[in-house]
Amino acid sequence: MATEQRVSPQQLANGLGWFSIGLGLAEVATPRLVANLIGVTDDRKTRKILRFYGVRELAAGVGILSQSNPSSWLWARVAGDALDLSSLVKALSSDDNSRGRTLAATAAVAGITAADLHCAQQLSNGQNGNQSRTAATALTSSITIARSSEEVYGFWRDFTRLPEIFDGLETVQTVGNRRSHWKLALPMGRSLEWDAETTDDQPNSRIAWRSESSSAPHSGEVRFESATGQRGTRITLKIQPEGMAASLGKLFGIVPKQALNIALHNLKQLLEVGEIAKSDASIHRGKHPAQPPEQDFGGAKGMQAAASA
Amino acid sequence: MRANCWIGKENVSVETVPDPKILSQSDAIVKITSTAICGSDLHLYGGFVPTMESGDVLGHEFMGEVVEVGRGVKNLQKGDRVVVPFPIACGSCFLCEKGLFSVCENTNPNAWMAEKMWGHAPAGVYGYSHLLGGYAGGQAQYARVPFADVNPLKIPDGLADEQVLFLSDIFPTGYMGADLCGIQPGDTIAVWGCGPVGQFAMKSAFLLGAERVIGIDRFPYRLRMAREKVGVETINYEETDLLETLKEMTGGRGPDACIDAVGMESHAPGFIGAYDRAKQAMMLETDRPIPLRQAIMACRNGGTVSVIGVYGGFIDKFPAGSMMNRSITIKTGQCHVQRYMKPLLERIQKGEIDPSFVITHRLPLEQAPEGYKMFRDKQDNCEKIVLKPNWSRESGAGEFRKNMMGCCFINPDLLRKS
Repeated sequence: MATEQRVSPQQLANGLGWFSIGLGLAEVATPRLVANLIGVTDDRKTRKILRFYGVRELAAGVGILSQSNPSSWLWARVAGDALDLSSLVKALSSDDNSRGRTLAATAAVAGITAADLHCAQQLSNGQNGNQSRTAATALTSSITIARSSEEVYGFWRDFTRLPEIFDGLETVQTVGNRRSHWKLALPMGRSLEWDAETTDDQPNSRIAWRSESSSAPHSGEVRFESATGQRGTRITLKIQPEGMAASLGKLFGIVPKQALNIALHNLKQLLEVGEIAKSDASIHRGKHPAQPPEQDFGGAKGMQAAASA
Repeated sequence: MRANCWIGKENVSVETVPDPKILSQSDAIVKITSTAICGSDLHLYGGFVPTMESGDVLGHEFMGEVVEVGRGVKNLQKGDRVVVPFPIACGSCFLCEKGLFSVCENTNPNAWMAEKMWGHAPAGVYGYSHLLGGYAGGQAQYARVPFADVNPLKIPDGLADEQVLFLSDIFPTGYMGADLCGIQPGDTIAVWGCGPVGQFAMKSAFLLGAERVIGIDRFPYRLRMAREKVGVETINYEETDLLETLKEMTGGRGPDACIDAVGMESHAPGFIGAYDRAKQAMMLETDRPIPLRQAIMACRNGGTVSVIGVYGGFIDKFPAGSMMNRSITIKTGQCHVQRYMKPLLERIQKGEIDPSFVITHRLPLEQAPEGYKMFRDKQDNCEKIVLKPNWSRESGAGEFRKNMMGCCFINPDLLRKS
């Protein structure tokens, strides 16, 4: 016990979890006291907000303490801290509040935010401690397609066709023998681009690549294996996000596991029946999972693609 | 076009919505001549099925005339009269090739949603939530029919809409319920639920060689239909101890097979009914599985329980001990309609059955909301409602009155037990 061991990310996470629960209980049970402590006016609205923040703290605390890998709950804490900070900064500008105490509270929250951010990064990056808790989880998905591994591998090896099956992937261009350039559309008109290098290419068996850009650090592999009973090919897709991209991607849905699953279903449909099934929910306004895109539609796009192949 | 849309819990409304378009070259567009409200639509109506969104077009039992086909369609032409099966199948995947069309691997665009809830995804279904693909339904003037070469059944001339409409769902569903029982000569089959699917399950049990069929319900008019139109014995479970009565009727052994044609919104008198209602209301279980429990307990040793009533989520107090220790086989599934349509059309052509016997009401599409309410509340002895998209509201009002006077059954001679 006397050794100078640094606090491990899990220990820090547990501490932050208990801190969340303590603060949450205080905010829920005695919002008046908390309002006084941080120097903001104690009125009904403040108490309501504090109670709400308290519930949020309790949820994060329970989440952190109950999960084997609490990194997403820590990222939730980081987001909550940002909310707290913005509320406090707003309170600073009001003359009704006790500025000194609010300033002290702001400094304290900033300190906690730093601890949360540090801990979340440590857990996401997997730089320290026990592996199961810290390694960024690889996203995997698997499907069986009633086609030969030659055919499925052939589709995948031509990276330029991947946008047909990955929603949001705009283009993939091959740049020379082992390099490709990828462009992913993000919400609100933004996009993410990266270069990837093909690190392994075993015909009809395995393709692996690694992104070389810091914008989307990840590595990926797709394996093609014969399914039992000559039922076609078992395809396993694995994406290993790296660094910050791992947890941010998971948190904001840039590369959710579900996207891989949908892409594999699309690939299966394209290769087995020549089109990607689309449904039409008729009168929805706005974005809708079952509503076909206004201009083009995957079905016909798939058909054309299959016909031109 | 006009279409009956799900707006929210216990709220449907006929709205003007965009006409369906050909989205893939394997699609067809069908102008709907007859469509129906299914008992399973009531699960949507009651808000028991997740992933419905306001505005979704309802309906999965429909037929009509092909008015447009995609360039890739070979088996259908403009002008063909077709019945459309409710599950959408690709016709070529591993499971379609086994004849398991309702669990086709390639037609559910929202497979990931269903995988989250059920582990794996079944096929897409018209008008039945986004979990099952978010396909617009057939309680409308037109519908888009994907994989048109594989799914719709062409109907020969000389058969009325009402004789063949139910090939889309409830007749094959009832038939599959009986088919799964593996009926042997001399068998006694008990059927929970005398709604339309139950009526077809009972009728089909006779067609497949059962000696005795027992219908179970609590509505006297439904039990009467089962006795008079199908020729079964009946039990009103609100009037007797159901399990004791079944034992007595079968000499203590129990029915050789039991069919659950009720599903997740079942009722029971007394404590157990209140128990399930309360648990469902508190979201501690999603489905009320009373007939399933009873069917397992009632079934003879080594018998089969066939489940065709729709379940959505999780149930409570499942009698696993009774099932395991007494060698009960449970078989179930959404109907693989495409497997049964042709042989059942032949049975209709031969006059072995006229499925129109279940119809009690015909309404214009515009009156669909009234129809849902009437069907749900079992008003006016409502058993089965056919909706007519091309009737005006006025023509329907006249028809509605006629129905109220009970002029609803067609061709009773065809309906006697064969």
